[in-house]
Amino acid sequence: MALYLARRLLQAALVMLAMSLIVFVGVYAIGDPVEILISPDADQMERERAIKALGLDLPLWMQYLSFLGNALRGDLGRSFVFNEPALQLIMQRMPATLELALGATIMALIIGIPLGLYAGLKPKSPAAKTIMTGSILGFSLPTFWVGLMMIMVFAVQLGWLPSTGRGETVEVMGTRWSFLTWDGLRHLAMPALNLALFKISLVIRLTRAGVRETMLMDFVKFARAKGLTNQRVIFVHVFKNIMIPVVTVVGLELGSTIAFSVVTESVFAWPGMGKLIIDSINVLDRPVIVAYLMIIVMMFITINLLVDLSYSALDPRVRLENK
Amino acid sequence: MKICNRVALLAAVSALAVGLPAAGQAQNITIAVGAQVTSLDPQYHALSPNYAVAEMLFGALTGFDANGRLQPGLAESWKPVAPDTWEFKLRPGVKFHNGNDFTAEDVAFSIARPPTVPNSPSSYAIYTRAVKGVEIVDPLTIRLKTDGPYPLLPTDLGQVAMLDKQTHEGATTEDFNSGKVAIGAGPFRFVSFRSGDRLELERNEDYWGPKPVWKHVSYRIITNNGARMAAMLAGDVDMIDQVPTNDIARLRRESRVKLSEKDGLRIIFLGTDQSRDGESPYLSDNDGKPLPRNPLRDLRVRQALNIAIDRPAIVQRVMEGSALPSAQFLPSGTFGYVPGLEPVRSDVNTAKKLLADAGYPNGFRITLAGPNDRYLNDARILQAVGQMWSRIGVQANVEAMPWTTFAARRTRQEFGAFLSGWGTASAEASSPLRSLTATPSREKGWGGSNGGRYSNPEADAKLEAALSELDDAKRETLLQDATRITMEDVGIMPIHIQKNVWAMKPNLVHDARADELTRAQDVRPAAK
Repeated sequence: MALYLARRLLQAALVMLAMSLIVFVGVYAIGDPVEILISPDADQMERERAIKALGLDLPLWMQYLSFLGNALRGDLGRSFVFNEPALQLIMQRMPATLELALGATIMALIIGIPLGLYAGLKPKSPAAKTIMTGSILGFSLPTFWVGLMMIMVFAVQLGWLPSTGRGETVEVMGTRWSFLTWDGLRHLAMPALNLALFKISLVIRLTRAGVRETMLMDFVKFARAKGLTNQRVIFVHVFKNIMIPVVTVVGLELGSTIAFSVVTESVFAWPGMGKLIIDSINVLDRPVIVAYLMIIVMMFITINLLVDLSYSALDPRVRLENK
Repeated sequence: MKICNRVALLAAVSALAVGLPAAGQAQNITIAVGAQVTSLDPQYHALSPNYAVAEMLFGALTGFDANGRLQPGLAESWKPVAPDTWEFKLRPGVKFHNGNDFTAEDVAFSIARPPTVPNSPSSYAIYTRAVKGVEIVDPLTIRLKTDGPYPLLPTDLGQVAMLDKQTHEGATTEDFNSGKVAIGAGPFRFVSFRSGDRLELERNEDYWGPKPVWKHVSYRIITNNGARMAAMLAGDVDMIDQVPTNDIARLRRESRVKLSEKDGLRIIFLGTDQSRDGESPYLSDNDGKPLPRNPLRDLRVRQALNIAIDRPAIVQRVMEGSALPSAQFLPSGTFGYVPGLEPVRSDVNTAKKLLADAGYPNGFRITLAGPNDRYLNDARILQAVGQMWSRIGVQANVEAMPWTTFAARRTRQEFGAFLSGWGTASAEASSPLRSLTATPSREKGWGGSNGGRYSNPEADAKLEAALSELDDAKRETLLQDATRITMEDVGIMPIHIQKNVWAMKPNLVHDARADELTRAQDVRPAAK
């Protein structure tokens, strides 16, 4: 077990190393951040000073080595744009993204499971067919378009919800959360739903498939023969069995939601990490890009590790050493 | 019956939602801006959104009115007392937000700080560099020594925010961003700042100038055009800047919104490669064979390319009317504007004849490049110019790319012709003359953005004279001469000057500014 963990950690370190190298070379190949950041009024001397101040006058390999040295001490560099530690910038934005991603996931479960259950139990009913057609729309409509349409309808035409931004926040243990205020929830509703659309469809399909498969199993027949009520059969015996794949997929989806909610955050001007990364890429703010991607890699590695560990706990046939 | 109830409920809810923001509006205002405020440290990153914030929180010795003309700020008056010395008289009785008095000591500190701000990607030191010595005469009088006569000092200092020596000595950029030392002498005080999201301000009751009308200002950053527009239409914000050009026509018919606009100080122009005399990989004849000489060095070719551009068509079709065809750096009313220098009428025959005279009756091929993410409709302007040039036989290979890539390649002269823009924050012709068209020179700090390496000794001489002429009238004439010489030689081909457009609720009045800055002190409720 210890050996297994050590090997996984080593793999993680290698992935992060490779990733940081790719970002360094990539950003270097795209262009020069000083050209974007500097005032056009600046003359050649000022340009040279700025390049030196940001450490861009050194050869790329030296820049990379000094980055690695600092990273080992836990310092991922300072943002070129904000002159604040990149890690701190990202951590400041993280609560906004987390609450958006969790909101979307909860919505996906609350809306997706009942609909999927219904569609699985009564597959021939018109309502079930409508649900399944709707889920195709959820898969195929582009997020940014749906987001804009939602703003047009609910904010501009009807005026029910605020169009963009994050609402009032409350400070809890040093971080600011908006889901604890009414204003915050009103702001959260549309972006979370927009982000959830794809996941709702996913959950509906997973649940429906699971229900249809499980309903034909012997233990269901047995439970019915035993005289259990329909409710008990569905909500205890069937439900437990279909939840395993749903929870696995939703858990993994949560990771990608946190990492890549860029589109939704841009459309709704949600001040989260996704917007930070896209803004940083636009101005080639390399320290932030590198730090962000390292955090994301770390997060995915951790989630995968947890999934693997929980599998082995759930099913003794899975042996970690074999992987 | 049920349905009726629901409809009634819906109506009530929506009426409530629409009605709520109207309450208390007279005191508060929410403004959404399209560009990122990157720092509250007014001496860290020289960038227009940061200037706008600095003018709300801090203020400078001098300032600019809505037309870009210099006007007094924290200094009441200034004059040269010797050819190399400027004397500034400070406004008496000015206090910082913490109650400290504003004195000459603070001015000396504020001018010395910019070069010491660490990691600045774009330093304000370019505006203070001319100051070689400081002499404090009394608490309200300060003399600044320059290296020889330097007439632009009052203009340059318009960009340099004044800080409180006692508070800001040793303060870091992070201290400003956290709000710890976000203390100035501006019309608004700091309340809170969330980077990338919003800045909250409140009225400074002790402001030295006219008392601001807004008790509370919410300055939101919404960089996405669609989202900013939606926030305006939904009534979540009272005002937005950078209205996208393709929404303007629709908004003019919209009763919920009114527009304010102003001819800006940003010129969109084409430059040509003057760095090569002979063969260029970015120019070839119609069969793709390299040309032995660079045709762009021939004035007749430049004139032909210039005459071939149909400016009114670009302004109407591409810019939807929110620009002004131009033949020089600045709009009328600014310092150094040349009266009577108007754009030439587009004329295919004249252009063709000029090309034939120059020895290219069938035209040639050229790489025309530009950014696609920097200026309003930049890529579409490029396409339009490419088509207009093809009418006179010049086949343009149009390449639009992100600014990051473009800027680096422009510095290496990797184009035949390129599209670029220039915003003259000081509304003073010496800025573009010095950076865009003067012969590049590291020592003089000239030609920093002269992508085509254009050079004209005659214009350089006029500029040189203007930069050390303290008499404003004479200096303006010299700048006008330099502009006229450059434009007659087609050093650059100006296309248009952008209009700045804001949208706001109909019950507001806005003094639109030429310099693109969006400031809360320029907005007030309409008189009832």
